[in-house]
Amino acid sequence: MNTHLLSLLGGRLLVALFTLFVVSFVVFGATQILPGDVAEVLLGQAATPEAVAGLRSAMHLDDPAILRFFYWLGGLATGDLGTSYANNMPIAQLIGGRLKSSLQLAAATALFSVPIALALGITSAMLRGTLYDRAVTTATITVISVPEFMVATAGVLIFAVWLKWLPSLSIARNVDSFGELIRIYAMPVFTLSFVISAQMIRMTRAAVVEALNTPYVEMARLKGASRTRIVLRHALPNALGPIVNAVALSLSYLLGGVIIVETIFNYPGIAKLMVDAVSTRDLPLIQSCAMIFCFVYLLLITTADIIAILSNPKLR
Amino acid sequence: MSHLVEIRNLKVEATTDAGRRVDIIKGVDFDIAEGEIVALIGESGSGKTTIALTLLGYTRTGCRIAGGSIRVAGRDMARLTEKERTRVRGSEVAYVPQSAAAAFNPAQRIMDQVIEITRIHDLMPRAAAEAKAVELFRALSLPSPETIGTRYPHQVSGGQLQRLSAAMALIGDPKLVIFDEPTTALDVTTQIEVLRAFKSVMRQSRMAGVYVSHDLAVVAQIADRIVVLKGGEVQEIGTTSEILSAPKHPYTRELLAAFSPPGRVAAQAAAESDAARPVLELEAVSAGYGKPGADGTPLILAVDKVSFRLERGRNLGIIGESGCGKSTLARTIAGIIPPASGQIYFDGKPVAPHARDRSPDELRRLQIVFQSADTALNPAKSIEDILGRPLAFYHGLRGAARDARIDRLLDLVHLPRALKHRLPAELSGGQKQRVNLARALAADPDLILCDEITSALDTVVAAAIIELLKDLQRELGLSYVFISHDLHTVQAICDEVAVMYRGEKVEQLPAGDVGSAAGHPYSRLLMSSVPKLDPTWLDRLERDPELVAAFAKR
Repeated sequence: MNTHLLSLLGGRLLVALFTLFVVSFVVFGATQILPGDVAEVLLGQAATPEAVAGLRSAMHLDDPAILRFFYWLGGLATGDLGTSYANNMPIAQLIGGRLKSSLQLAAATALFSVPIALALGITSAMLRGTLYDRAVTTATITVISVPEFMVATAGVLIFAVWLKWLPSLSIARNVDSFGELIRIYAMPVFTLSFVISAQMIRMTRAAVVEALNTPYVEMARLKGASRTRIVLRHALPNALGPIVNAVALSLSYLLGGVIIVETIFNYPGIAKLMVDAVSTRDLPLIQSCAMIFCFVYLLLITTADIIAILSNPKLR
Repeated sequence: MSHLVEIRNLKVEATTDAGRRVDIIKGVDFDIAEGEIVALIGESGSGKTTIALTLLGYTRTGCRIAGGSIRVAGRDMARLTEKERTRVRGSEVAYVPQSAAAAFNPAQRIMDQVIEITRIHDLMPRAAAEAKAVELFRALSLPSPETIGTRYPHQVSGGQLQRLSAAMALIGDPKLVIFDEPTTALDVTTQIEVLRAFKSVMRQSRMAGVYVSHDLAVVAQIADRIVVLKGGEVQEIGTTSEILSAPKHPYTRELLAAFSPPGRVAAQAAAESDAARPVLELEAVSAGYGKPGADGTPLILAVDKVSFRLERGRNLGIIGESGCGKSTLARTIAGIIPPASGQIYFDGKPVAPHARDRSPDELRRLQIVFQSADTALNPAKSIEDILGRPLAFYHGLRGAARDARIDRLLDLVHLPRALKHRLPAELSGGQKQRVNLARALAADPDLILCDEITSALDTVVAAAIIELLKDLQRELGLSYVFISHDLHTVQAICDEVAVMYRGEKVEQLPAGDVGSAAGHPYSRLLMSSVPKLDPTWLDRLERDPELVAAFAKR
């Protein structure tokens, strides 16, 4: 039984690693077919052909693409992300600070939105058909339909411009108090929560409603179990798989998909860094950012998968 | 106040999706004395489960108790608040579900679920509850009673789960136990063990019980009195022997008659004239699921070297318990699952293993009717379209000719022609099964494979379908391969019966000889396990323990 479980989990991890490899290939390939020659771009219009050729060979640009792919992959594996074309700084250094702020924002949003979303999803499933359930469902659909730039802009307009409660920009200045921290994070966290909660609420509600319709829940009710006991002991453990998957999918959005929020609040995160890299044609930086997004995504999905496996005694 | 349960003028109404209110229980009265077991019997939709659930103060979604009183130990369940009802559930009135496999939470260990009632109602400390559970497991003759509780529901068999669900109900020493069709989903050899266990535990504890079932023979073994229900109304109440020997109400008589359908008058005449030409012949056919191994046998072998001959105009019954490979055999003959080895001859000629390689004429002449008409009929198509498609496909019929043929088909299966504009969902279960049959008839076949076509139907309706099959055979000269787990049904229509066990055909014998002393030990066990209407049958039944150990799944 246990070896079965281990092989199941090992299989998941192998699949994740393989996916990562395939993605790295695609990311590398995609950046290769971007138009323009890096050496020419870097040296400018006045460069002599000799200078361009020299730079090309110095950057290994003349090697076959497949060779460069493996150089790059080897570098990634050993932690060497390469050097930025645009300003010659090590990419690890460029990304480091940005990744930290992005993770901070993501963590704050997750801490804020996941408990609320789960609570709303579970309670609306328990009170299915009531006014409360309909209010929650309507609200989630409304929230899904409003684009995030709209929420963010409206937030800035109301809380920063009219009420002047919160700063409109979230540049991580020197934060000296907890209150200051909350003021800085409030609006981006709030906006992002709007975006990611809706999906989690809907999936949680659907999974719990499905579990509540099963004969074993009816059986629990006929044993005299209270509503709380039915949901916590019987429905939730069986609804865990779909719920953690919905949560993982929503959270994965927090790293790569937040460019609009980061731009509006001028938050120095990694998504903004990647967009800047595209405009300066900084290929190593683009590749590294793409790989980080993919890695985090896979990490979350694989974790969700593993939790789902562990929560199911038939697979365990 | 002499009775434990007094139900007076009970009314339950249901609200349909369209918002219409329908009375499903229309004023029911009956009593249950202390220690008495009362059976509620009737076909699906008769309201037997609904009535049983009201004893717990519970109605399924969309239903509500509209009137009357349900006094259990002096308290009216209809008047209690939801909170007071939860206190009664499990501790005073307990429930044994129809499908234990679905009623156990797949994510929790069995022990936690069995003793949950004592936790909810705070009846005893955990250790005491577990000790009591083990005692109950032993009383219900479950294997390894000490450790079975540590398993998960998917790790034990269906019959064991059903007994475990009884332990779950009995743990809180309730005054009344409700059994909701607890053996319907079990095989006959398993059913006996479960029935025996229930009976001895109930007898020892002197608890009162309500036993819901559609099977008179099962009820006869366990109940003191029987309440016959139809359409939400009581038809007749009497002691078990009264109901069985001297039924007063016509519906009760109908139920009893459906239980022992007239046997088949063997189609000797037809067989003799054409005996030389078997319509279907199987030679050592094997089939299964999963990747074939090195020697070409599939990973899971469901049908193992089965051979038989079926002559034109005669019928072959195939019986066996769930998992014996009888449905796989039907699918193999139909070419849905190609055989791994062996050869199928249809009308004397070998046919291709896979349906897609067979000629349209071969496909037309061999039709299959599936168990569940609910899933076999396209819910989005009208009956006309469902029957019209094989007519166009096999016979190229169009327009008026097609319409005329559809009318004839509906006549053949005794359905009113007006039904052809309806959708499957607008028909009853029996009507759907008739349409399912008519669709096979549309091809104008020589042979029809009937895969458990009466299993999902009520006794009376099933008996009518069997009669219809006989009529059709007389009119159209068909042959049937009739697959069922129910011996009575098979005997009613078949000339010969093949018994299957674990993928092998253990024997084949004339339908009349089934159940006689001769023959394979497994067949003897199977036949002796079919409940009889005699109330003393279960107590007198002595099964060879060696046979049981060898063949019965426990």
